[in-house]
Parts: sequence; structure tokens; C-alpha cells
Amino acid sequence: MKGLKIVVLAKQVPDTRNVGKDAMKADGTVNRAALAAIFNPEDLNALEQALRLKDKYEGSTVSILTMGPSRAAEIIREGMYRGADGGVLLTDRLFAGSDTLATSYAISQALKKMEADIIIAGRQAIDGDTAQVGPQVADKLGLTQITYAEEIIGIKENVITVKRRLERGVEVVEGPLPLVVTVNASAPECRSRNAKALLKFKHARTATELQDTSEDYIDIKNDRPELVIPEWSVVDVDADPKELGLSGSPTKVKKIENVVFTAKESKVLSDNDEDINELMRTLIESHTIG
Amino acid sequence: MNNIIVYCEIEDGKVADVSLELLTKGRSLANELKCKLEALVIGSDLNGIEKTLYPFGVDTVFLANDTRLYPYVTAPHAAIMIGLFKEEKPQVALLGATSIGRDLGPKVSSALHSGLTADCTSLVIGDHYEKKTDTKYDQLLYQIRPAFGGNIIATIINPDCRPQMATVREGVMKKEIMDANYVGEIKNIEVDKYLAPEHFAVKIIERHIEASKINMKGAPVVVAGGYGVGSKENFDLLYQLAEVLGGEVGASRAAVDAGLVEHDRQIGQTGLTVRPRLYIACGISGQIQHTAGMEESAMIISINNDINAPINKIADYAIHGKVEDVIPKMIKHYKANTK
Repeated sequence: MKGLKIVVLAKQVPDTRNVGKDAMKADGTVNRAALAAIFNPEDLNALEQALRLKDKYEGSTVSILTMGPSRAAEIIREGMYRGADGGVLLTDRLFAGSDTLATSYAISQALKKMEADIIIAGRQAIDGDTAQVGPQVADKLGLTQITYAEEIIGIKENVITVKRRLERGVEVVEGPLPLVVTVNASAPECRSRNAKALLKFKHARTATELQDTSEDYIDIKNDRPELVIPEWSVVDVDADPKELGLSGSPTKVKKIENVVFTAKESKVLSDNDEDINELMRTLIESHTIG
Repeated sequence: MNNIIVYCEIEDGKVADVSLELLTKGRSLANELKCKLEALVIGSDLNGIEKTLYPFGVDTVFLANDTRLYPYVTAPHAAIMIGLFKEEKPQVALLGATSIGRDLGPKVSSALHSGLTADCTSLVIGDHYEKKTDTKYDQLLYQIRPAFGGNIIATIINPDCRPQMATVREGVMKKEIMDANYVGEIKNIEVDKYLAPEHFAVKIIERHIEASKINMKGAPVVVAGGYGVGSKENFDLLYQLAEVLGGEVGASRAAVDAGLVEHDRQIGQTGLTVRPRLYIACGISGQIQHTAGMEESAMIISINNDINAPINKIADYAIHGKVEDVIPKMIKHYKANTK
């Protein structure tokens, strides 16, 4: 079998799982800017599945495709440190405000230039939890989708076998390449950084980053062109601006409310026998239990 | 035309609870919008399935009954749904936020270029005024959902595209029969009109689906453990208390991630939603992701050795102590008082 061309869709997200005290404002709402930007966890599970295919099928390559602002290049580098061969940053002001459908359109336009055999994405991103971009990208490209994957078992004669983890069990399915697979958190964790890759890619930068950088001791553009991470704009991927951003998004956000914890009148009890005995009696008398 | 269509999931010949919950919600939305409530059922051996659906106030059952359509595979179900929606032009389409609904919904919404909102916790009808275009929209579906890990609540609308699509998790809406004698009509779908050989490119090789043994939704008491429970041994105490009180054991995501308890028991935004008579939160700090799945419990007791744990703010009783000390005492005094 010839090597596979694998593209991993990844997103840089605020770490909404760890909203610590530092990220809370005085009014009890979350200060989103204070949250760390991380590699979306299920996209790391997706990357691991891609790297396992690369290990298994000689000559395969893994690239990361991400859409976001300039600093999202961080996760492309992170992916390269863990074994990816490269990546592309899809970045343009015109993408701002896109809902899942407009995002999927942008990503699918970029994928048209990448000729992937397999596109692997995390099932969902922790900032939105929608699980929509994977299937919508597949639809836009007219590709088969296999969601909720826990393990890509293998590929034989252009047919992929995938184990899916569903709410109440497992399913093993087969589908033809090319296709889109989305991966669950129940899949194996991503391998950690590899020292050789870290050395090789630590100077990888986008053109925008190179402009801003003070690392003038190495002229990457001329000396090490393979370390330049491509940035693609709306024009580069031949996207229709009407299909992007707010105008390309069928869904609109009408209102955002911050969740604020409002205190109830709670009674504080000690763990001594008297307090607990009294509590159990109250619960039984009110028919809450018993 | 312009009705509400609920995609009904079938498992083992039965309509999934989440679909019946959506029909209940769909009925009240249809009353408000003065339109019909319709159900779309795709599967095989579906004869008689309408009898389960009519009592929820279903006016039309669209039935795609074909041996190739069960178990669920994305492409054929999507092709039928897309084809039907192009003809029927529903104004609202609802799906369960299950591994089926969350696989099918995005595919269909992309093909129809209609908006989809995932995991809604509330659906209401409301108006909208768009300043930029000076346009007034009447009776849109407000799709309300937590986002950003549950730290914000967003209201989403789809002003211009139809259908307005939303998915909702099991247990979020209530299931209620409207009229046991209600009768609608069946419309059989000619599936060959929509299906092509390429829709069957994905084949199921193996399938092991088990009905969940855990009846968390029906449990009057839920004893839930968090990371603070500390060990599997201490979790056994939660099982003992749940058994004595006739309840079920639940868990926070942190306890599941730590391997203290199986994933099926996870309560919260990315797990189950419960509203029992009594919720006992043991060693749970109370991140919003968790409280989203239990805050409507009639009574909440928290057991925590951190008196400042956020969960204590929503608890009716906050017991300051260690789980392993408090639970045996609860069991002892419960038994003593019920003798």
C-alpha cells in the first residue's frame, strides 16, 4: 500500500475545564481571557490515531489543519513536536464570527487543496461542545463520515475499519477512503512530545510570527524554508466571503448570559451524630426518603 | 408544510425515551405556533410504532420502513431526512443529542444550509428584531444552551434559514402523554425515491449495544461522588447508602476521569441530567459542568470537607466532614429512625 495522506483537524480552545479562582471575576462570571489556550483534548486523541496510522503504513504523512488567529500556530507546533510532519494555519479576519456551518465551509475549502486520504478530527471542542464541524466538513466535501471513533483498526485495499464507542456499546464499521473520522475522548491518549521532533521543529513559525519575532539569529525563510508554517487566507482557499463569518452563519447569537452562582439559604451541619440523626429524621418526616 | 418534525430514534423496536421527550416538547411548541407536530421514524419492522407516538399528540407519522434502515447508518437516514425536509419544509426539526442525533443532525443541516444548535437545555418561541436590516421576525425558536464549559448560557436563533434545527439530551425535557386516545395519520415514505447504492458505503461489521442497567433518571434518590471521594473503597460506601435509600449512584466527570466509577454514571452537561427528590453530593466541588445536570433536584445535600466548595452554595444542607465518616452515620441513623 502506498503511504496515506492524513490531515488532522485541530482547534486551539480556552481551557474551560479548569476555571480556577483566578479566572473568576468579582461578579461571579468567568473572565474568558484569563483561561489558558490549549490543544482541544479530543483533537489530541485524533492526532494519536493519525500517528498510529503513520507508524503502521510506511510513507504516510500527518498534517495539522487549524483555523484561528495567529497564535493558533502554537498547536500546529505542538502537533509537530508529537510526530506530525507539518501543518497549515487557516487565518483571516473574514472568518471571525463564523458558526459551525461557516467554519465547516472554510475548512472544507482548505481541505480541497490538501488531497487527504483520511481526515481525522476530535469529536467536539470543549468551548462549544457541538460535535458539528466534523460531519459538516464531510458533507461539504461529499465524503463519508464515521463519528464517535475509539480506534481506527486498520486499512486494507482502501477500506478503513473503525471501532465506534456509543452511549450503550460498541460498533465496528467499514467505510471506503477518502473519508472523515471523528474521535472520542475514550480513544487512547496522545503520545507526548518527542525530543528529536522538538529540536527539529522548535523554530517552525508562520510568516506572521516571523515578522513579529526577535529571533533574528536564524533566518528561517531563507535557511530553513521547510520550517515556515503556511498561512492560508480566504483568497488562498478560494472561499466565497458571503459564506463566511456572520453573513455565512445561519445561526446567530441573540443573547449571552453569564452563569452566576447564587447562594441558597443552606444550612451547615457538622459531622457529629446529633446533626446527622436530626437530618435523617427531617428527611424521613418530609417523605424525602423512606 | 411548515410544521415541527421530530426525528424518532429506534432501539430494539422501541422509540427512544429522548424522542418521546422531544415529542412532548414539540407538542407544546406546535400549539404555540399553531402548526402540526410530526414524527419521522426510519428503521425496519416498524409496523404498529404509531401507537406509541399518537398519545404524545403526533398529527403525522412519516414512516420509512425498510430492512436496510436498521441499525442506524448515517447516509441512508440522512438522505431520507434531507429529501423529506425539502418537500415538507418544516419550520422546526428536533433530534435527540445522542450518538445518532449528533451524527445525523450536522450532516442534514449542512446539506440544507440550515442552522443547528446542539445540546439545548431549553426551547422557547420568541420574536426578534434585526437592527441592521430593520427586519422583524415573529415566532422564532429560541435555542438556549450552555456554552464555554457551562460558564455562559447562549440564546441562539436562525432568523432566515429553515428548518430551525436543535438537538436535546435525554432527560432534559419531560416526557408526558397528551391524550391516550389521540390519533394521527401515517404517511409511508417511498424510500427508493431518496436512496442510492452509495448511501450504503458504510457497513456495520459488529454491534454490541446493551440497554443501560442503570436507571438514574427514575431514581428518587441519587448519591453522587466526586474526585473528593478519594478511592474505590470509599465509593462502595456510596453504593451502600444508595441501596439503603433506594437510590442510584452517580458521579462527576472528575470521578469518572480518575477511574473511580464507570462513565455511564456521569452526571452533568456532558453526562446525564437528573432531578431526583434528593441529591447527595459526596466530595463534589460543584463545577458548573456538574451542577448543570443536577441543580433541579428537589433537595440537595452536600458532604464535603471543604466548607467553601461551590456546591455548598446550591445545597440545602452542607455537611462539613469526610465522606467516609459521614455516610456510615447516615446509614446508621436512617436505619434507627425507620425501625
